[in-house]
Amino acid sequence: MNKKELITSLKKIIKPYIQDQEAFKNLSEETDFINDLKINSANLVDVILDVEDEFDIEIDNKSMEKMLSVKAAIDIIETKLNKS
Amino acid sequence: MKHRVVITGMGVVAPNAVGLENFLGAIQQGKSGITFHQKLQDLKFSCCIGGVPSVSDEMKNQYLTPLQLRGFDSAGILYGCIAGTDAWADAGFKIDKNSPTDYNSGMVFGTGKSGTEKFREAIYKLDDQKVKRLGSTVVVQTMASGISAYLGGILGLGNQVTTNSSACATGTEALLMGFERVQSGKASRMLVGSCSDDGAYIWGGFDAMRVLTYKYNKSPEKGSRPMSALASGFVPGSGAGALVLESLETALKRKATIYAEVLGGNINSGGQRNGGTLTAPNSEAVQRCITDAIKDANIKCSEIDAINGHLTATTKDPIEIENWTKALKRSGKDFPVINSLKSMIGHCLSAAGSIENVATVLQLKHQFIFPNLNCNEVHPDILNLISKEKIPTKLLKKKLNIIAKASFGFGDVNGCIIFKKY
Repeated sequence: MNKKELITSLKKIIKPYIQDQEAFKNLSEETDFINDLKINSANLVDVILDVEDEFDIEIDNKSMEKMLSVKAAIDIIETKLNKS
Repeated sequence: MKHRVVITGMGVVAPNAVGLENFLGAIQQGKSGITFHQKLQDLKFSCCIGGVPSVSDEMKNQYLTPLQLRGFDSAGILYGCIAGTDAWADAGFKIDKNSPTDYNSGMVFGTGKSGTEKFREAIYKLDDQKVKRLGSTVVVQTMASGISAYLGGILGLGNQVTTNSSACATGTEALLMGFERVQSGKASRMLVGSCSDDGAYIWGGFDAMRVLTYKYNKSPEKGSRPMSALASGFVPGSGAGALVLESLETALKRKATIYAEVLGGNINSGGQRNGGTLTAPNSEAVQRCITDAIKDANIKCSEIDAINGHLTATTKDPIEIENWTKALKRSGKDFPVINSLKSMIGHCLSAAGSIENVATVLQLKHQFIFPNLNCNEVHPDILNLISKEKIPTKLLKKKLNIIAKASFGFGDVNGCIIFKKY
């Protein structure tokens, strides 16, 4: 899966949780989940569960803490996918 | 200075109707909301009937956002959000998620348990060593105060926002807690109410206690029989009721519709002494609760036109009637008319008090007494205390000025409210 496809899948996952439509429309690698998309911090764990389901990977606590932006999420997903 | 307190909005989700207008029609017609539930039979319940409100997915989407509905499985919170949002809108307030925090308005919204279905799902995951898979939705849906947390956010309330819990007295207690807060001037307005989950996981314990009727599985609508000689236990129900309490000054100032006035009330406990236990009432405390409510409202016993009882359809109904006769010093033909909404919707547990309070206030506003279903053969012990015509079995149009409403709960707790026509 290339980066573009990854972003497309990720966009689908986070869509239900975002509170800022404008930022979502202009989503890029630099987009921050909380500051830009205004995702409720409590919902970040739900985003991660949905990522685990979608890509059939397991995200450990350390990676979870880092997963605060599109870029960080892509990096973590890619690393996990390459490992498996 | 004590403020006068009036009711300016109501909402209800009941087994026989959802929405205030539908509910008014349903209770006037004597519509039963009790149905047979296959799941209860599959689980080998003795009582397979119950009262469950009918809420469509379309309706859910009107009250909760798609995000709130993700992984949502808490019927009580859903019913409470619908009833509470309706009551707030009925009182004339706009519901806007960008509105400023309203520090003059608060909420007491009670429940017995929250999110039993959600909790069950969580326990299966936990036992399967999948704690992480619970996500963010378990805590808020299963905490007791889940309902006040959801609803407080929808409405943007900034005064006290809390959940009370006192078994089947919960709804009546919630109203009196909110009443005191408005009366004392600590809030201009309090949304009060209560809700309950439904289904096997909330009703199972009652089935095991043998307090539910098992004789009417083939005729559900005949199952709930308060005050009847054929009463054989209560029928479980669920739902939510909500009322907006407001100081008379602010209600008049904003030209709100006033449904009725709350003159006063009382909450007490029998201390599980003197015949009172965890599950049975201390009669002395029940009578005292009623007489103290009357004192608090500053009225005479003779001024009470009607009673909306707790009256669950267990063997305790005659004792409740006896307590009313002793507390009011009125019996026979002198006794006020009395009814029990449980004949239509069953015993909605923690939601009972507030759904019944909504019904009581509708009776005052529209000047009628809703019929008691399934009570053609009144219990002989009750007939020794009061005249049969005091238990109407058909809709009664009647001039009403004051209605007393009481609720009693496990833990030997009591609540009594005095409502007056405004």
